[in-house]
Amino acid sequence: MADATKLSLNELQETAKAIRRLIIQITTEAGSGHPSSSLSAVEVVTALYFGGYLRHNKANPRDPKRDRFILSKGHAVPVLYAALCQAGYYSFEQIMTLRKLGSPFEGHPNMKRLDTMEASTGSLGQGLSLGIGHALACRLDGLDAHTYVMMGDGEMGEGQVWEAIATAEKYKLSNLTAIVDQNGYQQTGATKDVLDLKPFAAKFEAFGWHTQVIEGNSMEAVLEGLAKARAVTDGPTAIVSQTRKGFGILPVLEPTGDLNYHGKSLSKELAEKALALLS
Amino acid sequence: MAIGEAAGLKLGKACRDAFGTALKDLGNEFPNVVTVDGDVGNSTRTEVFAKAFPTRGFNVGIAESNMVGVAGGLAAAGKIPVVSSFAVFLLANAYDQIRMSVAYPGMNVKLVGSHAGISIGEDGASQMGIEDVALACSMPGLTVVVPADANSTRLATRAMLEHVGPVYLRCGRIEVPEIYAVDAEFTIGKAVTVREGKDVTIIANGLMVGIALDAAAALAKTGVNTRVIDMHTVKPLDEAAIIKAAAETGRIVVAEEHLMAGGLGSAVASVVTRTKPVPMEFVNLGDRYAESGDPHGLLQKYGLTAEAVVAAVEKVRTR
Repeated sequence: MADATKLSLNELQETAKAIRRLIIQITTEAGSGHPSSSLSAVEVVTALYFGGYLRHNKANPRDPKRDRFILSKGHAVPVLYAALCQAGYYSFEQIMTLRKLGSPFEGHPNMKRLDTMEASTGSLGQGLSLGIGHALACRLDGLDAHTYVMMGDGEMGEGQVWEAIATAEKYKLSNLTAIVDQNGYQQTGATKDVLDLKPFAAKFEAFGWHTQVIEGNSMEAVLEGLAKARAVTDGPTAIVSQTRKGFGILPVLEPTGDLNYHGKSLSKELAEKALALLS
Repeated sequence: MAIGEAAGLKLGKACRDAFGTALKDLGNEFPNVVTVDGDVGNSTRTEVFAKAFPTRGFNVGIAESNMVGVAGGLAAAGKIPVVSSFAVFLLANAYDQIRMSVAYPGMNVKLVGSHAGISIGEDGASQMGIEDVALACSMPGLTVVVPADANSTRLATRAMLEHVGPVYLRCGRIEVPEIYAVDAEFTIGKAVTVREGKDVTIIANGLMVGIALDAAAALAKTGVNTRVIDMHTVKPLDEAAIIKAAAETGRIVVAEEHLMAGGLGSAVASVVTRTKPVPMEFVNLGDRYAESGDPHGLLQKYGLTAEAVVAAVEKVRTR
């Protein structure tokens, strides 16, 4: 098992920028997808893969000793493909086949076709339960592997999430961290208008979880939050990661009048502007 | 008259009891087996395993969606989770979780639904799994097994654990006649001819196998030589056994404790029409929910009896 990659803060910020560029490039090439939902999660995913948190094994991606990252908000998978490309798992040409017929880089993660995907997600609300399964299995096998699950704030409307939150506490899964990418929007509008479940932190706390609220688009804050979560030994941790949907290219999205920009790729023209901003 | 009595069979254990005991007995041989329950382990009988192997049994409460998802995660991490509930709560409540976290990724999860059919009795229609086989069969790659008695359930439990990939095992609540010997052979996907015959074939599974044997015994008295096939695996279906029965007996009746839609009858018919078209009749629940009542009274009222099977045979023989 290789040690987790640990870059400096400056390197991490540059890596995050590179991942954002890849997200724009591959979704614009695909002509569809969820770039804005991917962009909000970039700091967390970058910190996990490159900030010393995920121990992974390129030679054996399903190494039982690995740390796991389950992307429950599967529509944001471009962030994961981009991070794995940046980590050397896939070439730029490979991930540029996103959403095309025959490509394993499907619109939502498919673990049968890519051994780097920890779960096949896309029907929201299911990733935390899967994470509990991994965490219980690792504990039974005496492995110190940690499981991270990222959910969306809109996704928290799914009842299964709350079943899972109760169960993780029952089994005091200190090897499990849930991250809510609270980017404030879901398909048809602002999450506060569709089904307002805030405050998330108080709800997690009421279920007995260790809880933090962080600025999720600040690399320093994310690193600090992940470090604190890893230090917990007596139960699961929730990180409410307050982010902006489309973070990194907001000046490009603002003139469109659509700050949600849900479920659509950028036109070539907008993509060029976004890439210039991220250069 | 009790089920199996006309066929000279003696009453044995319920399939759910045979499953629970078998799972416990296999616990040491299969160290990766764990159970995940939705607080009905004392009904599905996984509690027998969980009591013997307490660190390997997880009760996640009345939360079937999460229960199935947890099983999916355990399987992804190398365990062989056996996740159980009442058939209808497992398949109907957690359908999307089975689809996304088990079937689509091809996880090695074993789904066990107890309390299948209307023979659960007094608890009524809300607890009766009468559509579970259809739901299970609708998922690509999911193997669907419906054993007929205690011994075959025990053998099916081993076969299910040895099989790599998702399996749905359907168990009933009530005691059923002993059809198989302790040392019988059981292979997933291979039907068993439990009675030879040349005039007509009854293809059945679960509780209806004993009832079909009763019907065959009654038909023998009127000179009708009836073949009875236990089609314990609905998916993948033993097409060769069906084609052979169609060719050799020329008429087929399918009997199951399930709705008409999407069950064994539909599956067999799709093979018969495509390969060796012969007249067919169906004995099942049709398109209706049942009600509370004693199990045998319910089977009578809803037409799952030897008399109904005999009537179907007589009808198919007129065509």
